[in-house]
Amino acid sequence: MFFKRMTATVAATLFAAAFALPAKAQGVEFTGAGATFPAPVYTAWAQAYRQATNNTLNYQAIGSGGGINQIQNRTVDFGASDAPVPSQRLTQQRLVQFPAVIGAVVPIINLEGVAKNQLRLTGDVMAEIYLGTIRTWNDPKITALNPGLALPNLAIQPIYRSDASGTTFVFTTYLAESNATWRAEVAAATSVQWKAGAGARGNDGVAGAVRNTRGAIGYVEYAFAAENNLATTQLRNVGGRFVEATIANFQAAAAAADWENSQDLAASMINRAGENSWPIVSPTYILMPRDPRDPARAKAVLDFFAWAFTPAGDRLAEQLHYIPLPDAVVRRVKAAWPQIVTPQGQPLWTN
Amino acid sequence: MTVLSSADSAPGASSGRLQASIRRGVLIDTIFGAALWAAGGLVLVILGTMIILLAYDGWPALRHFGMAFYTTATWNPVTERFGAMSMLYGTLVTSLIAVVIAVPVSFGIAFFLTEVCPQAFRRPIGVTIQLLAAVPSIIYGMWGALVVAPFIAAWLQQPLISGFGWIPLFGGPANQFSMFTAGLILALMILPFITAMFVETLESVPPMLAESAYGVGATTWEVFRNVRIPYGRTAMVGAGMLGLGRALGETMAVTFVIGNANRISASIFQPGSSIASVIANEFGEAEIGSLKLYSLLQLGFALFVISFIVLAVSRRLVRSRLD
Repeated sequence: MFFKRMTATVAATLFAAAFALPAKAQGVEFTGAGATFPAPVYTAWAQAYRQATNNTLNYQAIGSGGGINQIQNRTVDFGASDAPVPSQRLTQQRLVQFPAVIGAVVPIINLEGVAKNQLRLTGDVMAEIYLGTIRTWNDPKITALNPGLALPNLAIQPIYRSDASGTTFVFTTYLAESNATWRAEVAAATSVQWKAGAGARGNDGVAGAVRNTRGAIGYVEYAFAAENNLATTQLRNVGGRFVEATIANFQAAAAAADWENSQDLAASMINRAGENSWPIVSPTYILMPRDPRDPARAKAVLDFFAWAFTPAGDRLAEQLHYIPLPDAVVRRVKAAWPQIVTPQGQPLWTN
Repeated sequence: MTVLSSADSAPGASSGRLQASIRRGVLIDTIFGAALWAAGGLVLVILGTMIILLAYDGWPALRHFGMAFYTTATWNPVTERFGAMSMLYGTLVTSLIAVVIAVPVSFGIAFFLTEVCPQAFRRPIGVTIQLLAAVPSIIYGMWGALVVAPFIAAWLQQPLISGFGWIPLFGGPANQFSMFTAGLILALMILPFITAMFVETLESVPPMLAESAYGVGATTWEVFRNVRIPYGRTAMVGAGMLGLGRALGETMAVTFVIGNANRISASIFQPGSSIASVIANEFGEAEIGSLKLYSLLQLGFALFVISFIVLAVSRRLVRSRLD
């Protein structure tokens, strides 16, 4: 008798617990997939947002290409891509595109006796290094940029991303804009046919390979260089000034972007004019269907990004070494949101 | 009363119960048989759908490029020109390096274990070798990239390059990420498999043959050379091929150390790429319906066919020992 009552009580408690828990968390669960470069900030936003609203974002960092695939198949609520999707495809796939956050790509080197932000490079020289035409660190083209620096007669070991990535897209866009040979022979894409060097997987793979290889040069998202205290370099911007890899210089480039003439909110931030502009800065993008299958979840996505664009979200982004969108850009983004409509044709978002 | 009634009805009831039991037995046996057929058939279905998927989905790449897909070394995602030559080359070179290194070492270990090793050490060493096989390939990759690659670049490649650099095969400069490093890591990974099969082969030599040879005054080396090896020769070649088969498809460890450069270099100290590493690197960003995705699937098909042939040959050779 006692045991019967015991089991009954336990069962009742379990029953109550099982049904009470989901009832307490009445948040919406929504999913996103794509770019790996903004994944840390999306995850941080998702955590903070969940505490604030109970809405849960499940973001899968599977790569920009995968993100575009999944949003085309409508298997996620939003896709994320580092490279903007061409207008024609956006129309064809009935997608809306907007930037979410801004990041910078920085060169990193492993050269004994050369300190952080000491070496000066240009896009043209970087392109020649990755083309394999500049092979040693004491090449006249490098020493000419660095008069006071004793550079060794050491083979340059260029390291690149072996996996297709948005970081590579941003970096190769910069090289293509800076060097005609690169533009003609290699061009810009998430993965290209590299002429020299070796590939490593992911930002951390490149960082590790550069750290372990004497004479290596690589490129990573600034966050990885900052966290691991890697030796970054100076780069010459279009104004002809050598600038260091700092958040202030990234912000200068972001502010100089030409949003007025941008299509689908894809404004290039590469090689922007401005005294302090760091030359390799780029926004990363979100893709959403114009006619979402589940309007409630699409609305949750918009609410999430609206929250991410508030000062609370900006602070999180800055802590992780990203650059929040300027307020003027946020207004443009929100102006694009009413294109997303319910099956009845009602805009999901009204300002 | 109850006893009587049960005695009265006993014969009819028991034959009915017997029949029911037989029927149930037949039914269970039928279900069991069907389940076994299903389990056996599942293997064929899985393999069949894999081949069909790869052949069908990879076909657009072959249709677009023709046989040039297998004879060109260009892999340019920007212009969408894809050729498999450099990956085929990298796959074969790294696997061959692996087999060339692993087979003699496995020989040594296997012969040491069966012939020379004191009984007390036999088990610990044998178990250690088997443990090597249990290490996940990603661990080999990390260890290879962080420890082995820098070590080899400084202490093996550099001397070889300064000594034999004039041979294109050993051309410089020294590179942490190279086909040679990948081959060496692969060698360590296939070592346990080949060793285990060698040990088995050497042990299967009838003791009488070896003892007789010792009896007529043969040395350890002579017994090894003239009795044990000839007896298990084909099986040993098969074991090597089996190792080759495993090396061909290894992905993560290779991706970490091969350097992922889609170029053909004469020197084994230069970075390259293998079929599996290219698929691992590029699959995530290949968009549905793109030529790149079709080309990657065609690459997968090629790897499948190569591995299939190698495994088929090795199985034939290993089995031939029983003749």
